[in-house]
Amino acid sequence: MDKQAGSLAEAVADIPDGAMVMIGGFGGSGAPIELIHALIDRFIATGSPKGLTIVNNNAGNGRVGIAAMIDHGMVRKTICSFPRSTDPRAFTEKYLAGEIELELVPQGTLAERIRAGGAGIPAFYTPTSFGTDLAKGKPVAEFEGRSYVQERWLKADYALIKAETGDSYGNLTYRMAARNFSSLMAAAADCTIVQVTRLVEPGGIDPEAVITPGIFVDTVVEVPDPQQEEELIRAGAHHP
Amino acid sequence: MSQKLSSAQIAWRAAQDISDGAYVNLGIGFPEMVAKFQPPGRIAFFHTENGVLGFGEAPPPGEEDWDLINAGKKPITLKPGASFFHHADSFAMVRGGHLDVAILGAFQVAESGDLANWSTGPKGVPAVGGAMDLVHGAKRVAVITDHVTKEGEPKLLDRCTMPLTGVACVTRVYTSLAVVDVEDGRFVLREKLPGISLEKLQSVTGARLHLDGGVANLIVPEL
Repeated sequence: MDKQAGSLAEAVADIPDGAMVMIGGFGGSGAPIELIHALIDRFIATGSPKGLTIVNNNAGNGRVGIAAMIDHGMVRKTICSFPRSTDPRAFTEKYLAGEIELELVPQGTLAERIRAGGAGIPAFYTPTSFGTDLAKGKPVAEFEGRSYVQERWLKADYALIKAETGDSYGNLTYRMAARNFSSLMAAAADCTIVQVTRLVEPGGIDPEAVITPGIFVDTVVEVPDPQQEEELIRAGAHHP
Repeated sequence: MSQKLSSAQIAWRAAQDISDGAYVNLGIGFPEMVAKFQPPGRIAFFHTENGVLGFGEAPPPGEEDWDLINAGKKPITLKPGASFFHHADSFAMVRGGHLDVAILGAFQVAESGDLANWSTGPKGVPAVGGAMDLVHGAKRVAVITDHVTKEGEPKLLDRCTMPLTGVACVTRVYTSLAVVDVEDGRFVLREKLPGISLEKLQSVTGARLHLDGGVANLIVPEL
């Protein structure tokens, strides 16, 4: 049993048109840039995948990563909490032109919807957004004298994630604050593809240090010395 | 003392109410300034939505690590005893009632405790981030703000006219002129600048200021 893919291209080869794709990271922290760019390269070469729905806290920044996916016209819809950034042109232009759909979700609700998706919990109640525009149309219930909004789970066909150390069984650790949504998304996607900065043999990670157990992971690919999205944006980089 | 408090002075005043050992979330932007004015001898643990508890100041230029950022995507450092966690745990801290205080900015606050601080209206790209989560769950939700808008319009109102972030969630407001509590659907004036009369303060406030006992002088050092 070995979940290793031979290359980035091989790792993302099966994602079809119209897929729901969760992408880990919060700003540049934990953004799986190499996996995203491999997907863009496939789209440029073959015209696929397109019509994607992307789940991420944000909706891209600059001209790399998710912003580059949007720029290239691969994305039909984004589900996020904060589609603004230091350089939000890619999303803003498409959004104001009516060419991309936005589902705006409060950040904690987004995290909990993904967690619920991974845990097999179809809906839950939260006080977040009660009485606001973002609760419109959602069922409301009272518990112990307080009002709560019903939210649905969020599941995906694929998750693209960046981890620090991984083994060939898919056990993962993350670097500093880079785990953010990634460990939740790993559980919520049918197929979770991970770029790891360091790949080790099973046993190479202390079981007490594992953050995402391998049961949630389908494919790992080693990307030593990965690019950092924030640095690319600050350098004015674009992909390709 | 000048006619009104500076942003730093408002932040200083809010910081004085953070007790030793408190777990605190500071909203992005102006509220982040509160961390600078922690009273000596007290330790507060700062929480950021993207999964860090116990972070410290920004690193010196050139020493940024972009895997170590706050919710505003600014680089941070860690203090001894810091911890990392994923987003669901982070918001369990928020919505599970574990934070002692959240200090947020505001466009408008109503006497009911309703807060508007996420959207100015239907134009442009809407973005909410963690604002709607933060207003629920923290034991205290405090607002720091200028008392009036740049155009001189009141920000403390009988009813918010902008899109709400949360209903009946704010417990205290620190403004450039006063400290006001929200109690039982009304504003209760606790402190005001000594140089401003009650009448003048009321005239720049869009809802009735109630008195409950004495009003203390709002005294803040020059910063």
